[in-house]
Amino acid sequence: MSSGTGARPGPGGETPGAWRPAAPLAGGVAVEPALRAARDGGRKLLVPYVTGGLGPGWVDVLRAAVDAGADAVEVGLPFSDPVMDGPTIQEASLRALEAGATPAAILGSLASIELPVPVVAMTYYNLVLRAGHRRFAKLLVDGGVRGAIVPDLPLEELGDWGPAAEVGGVETVLLAAPVTPDDRLAELCERSHGFVYGVNLMGVTGERKSLSTSADVLAKRLKAVTDKPVIMGFGISNPEQAVAASVNADGVVVASALMRLVLGGASPAQVGDTVAAFRTALDKG
Amino acid sequence: MESQDDVEAQREEMTGTSSGPVRMGEPTADGRFGAFGGRYLPESLVPACQELEAAFRAAWAPDTDFRRRYRALLKDYAGRPTPLTDCERLSEALGVRVLLKREDLTHTGSHKINNVIGQGLLTLEMGKTRLVAETGAGQHGVASATAAALFGLECVVYMGEVDTERQELNVFRMKLLGAEVRPVGSGSRTLKDAVNEALRDWVASVETTHYCLGSVMGPHPYPWMVRELQRVVGDEARAQVRALLCGADPDLVVACVGGGSNAAGTFAGFVDTTARLVGVEAAGGSAIGRGVPGVLHGMRSYLLQDEWGQILEAQSISAGLDYPGIGPEHAYLADAGRATYEVAEDREVLEALQLLARTEGIIPALEPAHALAWLVRATRDGSVPAGSTVMLTLSGRGDKDAEQVMAALR
Ligand SMILES: Cc1ncc(COP(=O)(O)O)c(C=O)c1O
Repeated sequence: MSSGTGARPGPGGETPGAWRPAAPLAGGVAVEPALRAARDGGRKLLVPYVTGGLGPGWVDVLRAAVDAGADAVEVGLPFSDPVMDGPTIQEASLRALEAGATPAAILGSLASIELPVPVVAMTYYNLVLRAGHRRFAKLLVDGGVRGAIVPDLPLEELGDWGPAAEVGGVETVLLAAPVTPDDRLAELCERSHGFVYGVNLMGVTGERKSLSTSADVLAKRLKAVTDKPVIMGFGISNPEQAVAASVNADGVVVASALMRLVLGGASPAQVGDTVAAFRTALDKG
Repeated sequence: MESQDDVEAQREEMTGTSSGPVRMGEPTADGRFGAFGGRYLPESLVPACQELEAAFRAAWAPDTDFRRRYRALLKDYAGRPTPLTDCERLSEALGVRVLLKREDLTHTGSHKINNVIGQGLLTLEMGKTRLVAETGAGQHGVASATAAALFGLECVVYMGEVDTERQELNVFRMKLLGAEVRPVGSGSRTLKDAVNEALRDWVASVETTHYCLGSVMGPHPYPWMVRELQRVVGDEARAQVRALLCGADPDLVVACVGGGSNAAGTFAGFVDTTARLVGVEAAGGSAIGRGVPGVLHGMRSYLLQDEWGQILEAQSISAGLDYPGIGPEHAYLADAGRATYEVAEDREVLEALQLLARTEGIIPALEPAHALAWLVRATRDGSVPAGSTVMLTLSGRGDKDAEQVMAALR
């Protein structure tokens, strides 16, 4: 098993490094309690993303990200047609699929390790539907994954997956967009579990030169209607952007910036260093 | 307050909740045709689809300005109504009476024009200034570029690299019409990937841009809206057939199916007759025959996919049928037993194309040659009885395919 090295932060959140709950739950760490505790401890949340099955060392990359101070990790279960993803994650998904990645294989690898932070799967709905809703929820929990992000499953289509996830012990994280109207935003926050994922910009994932102006507006709108953790993602490319994006939110997801490194041949340690740089910047504020 | 009867009547109107005869009415409020359809989209695009649905619903009410402009443009610009050709020599060759609905004679050479004139007008109505479109064979791309020119809109067409190569002429036509063609190098580099790329564009541009989807697929309201914009094919054909047959309906109605728009428009005109309805897919892209229900491009329908839900590549000589899915209403019609879906192989398609060329002097596009190829086989093996009357939608003309057919026949 991997052992996060960081100590639990004190009330002021002054302790940098990896955070973990006192005792990991059987079948993974529940998302919302862990993220709330970390946030309420005064810490900005850092959620790195790793494409499952990308290269033989993807589990080591995940561990390195956790050890470098992640508060939760997102694991991509690659899909052949990722319409919400830009070139980097498209490429990462394609390469993982070419290497034979399947949800069962990825979740099997996750089941054999123990991570001290919540693991959230990110995938597209067809993988859920094909496996079957209950079976998919069980696959996740058996792999220690307690959260799911399914970007092509908006509120109106949650019907079949929502109850299966709840019964199975999976928290479904919903995405809020800059164009989501107020009434819908409130409902979405109500029905999101684990955290609320604020989409920084109108567009797909991928690195950007600067943080979109829509990010801050959405973060403020979300914080005004929910006390669930609000984590912003899409386009966070460097520590400065991460700091800026989390001023009015509880934290950030970093995905393409890390996957670009992995695609370029970076070692788990090098990815860990990058995550650590994000961690340090967020802790400094 | 609505009476119970009104509520019942409304339910009757909605496909999927009615237990009576199968109709092609409005889908349910959540965009379902039976178990199929829906709106499986990122949150960023949900408001745009809601806006589009409202705009189309208002525009499509009886006696609107939109309807008048749409009808006038179909007539004066696109050349409607298209003729119904009673094919003597082909009928003699097949032993059944074949009536062809001549969408090949429209402006731009395929039924795709019906849809884009409607969506172009809607774009103006929504105050948007830019169109994005996907295209396979290039016919929808050409039609979209045409509508964009006509309405003064900017136009970007996504087209798989495999298709930009095999449909070079259409790429050039789109450019001539002022559109930008962006080749798509991801995935299988065909229609499916062009849709992905168009959706990615749309997420980032939705404020100013309308996604001009080319078939009865995608998220609600597209499958319904595009079928309504294409029903002119079936409505005209039905009246024309009745005029020709002294009030009778055909025994069989056939159309090719990529996403399924010409077939849906055709079937809409005949669904309440006793005619047998047959859609013909490419053998290498047979979503109904080999597919499993799944979700792609915003809709739940039959899809070619592996055991884990990864989408498989369709394979066909015809770029326009190279799609691993099928419009959700066809999935519903198939499950309900109202329409059946057959396949045609590349080889028999080429034969059918030549047969029509030589017997009637009509060179069809490769897509409708699939419908004809199945008919040829079905008349030979007796599954379509001799003496039947067949209405077949000739969805487009073969000019775009000439080079490819030449190579294939060599
Ligand atoms: C002439 C023609 N027919 C048919 C199709 C298939 O589309 P659909 O199934 O939507 O009618 C195409 C698509 O490119 C086409 O060009």
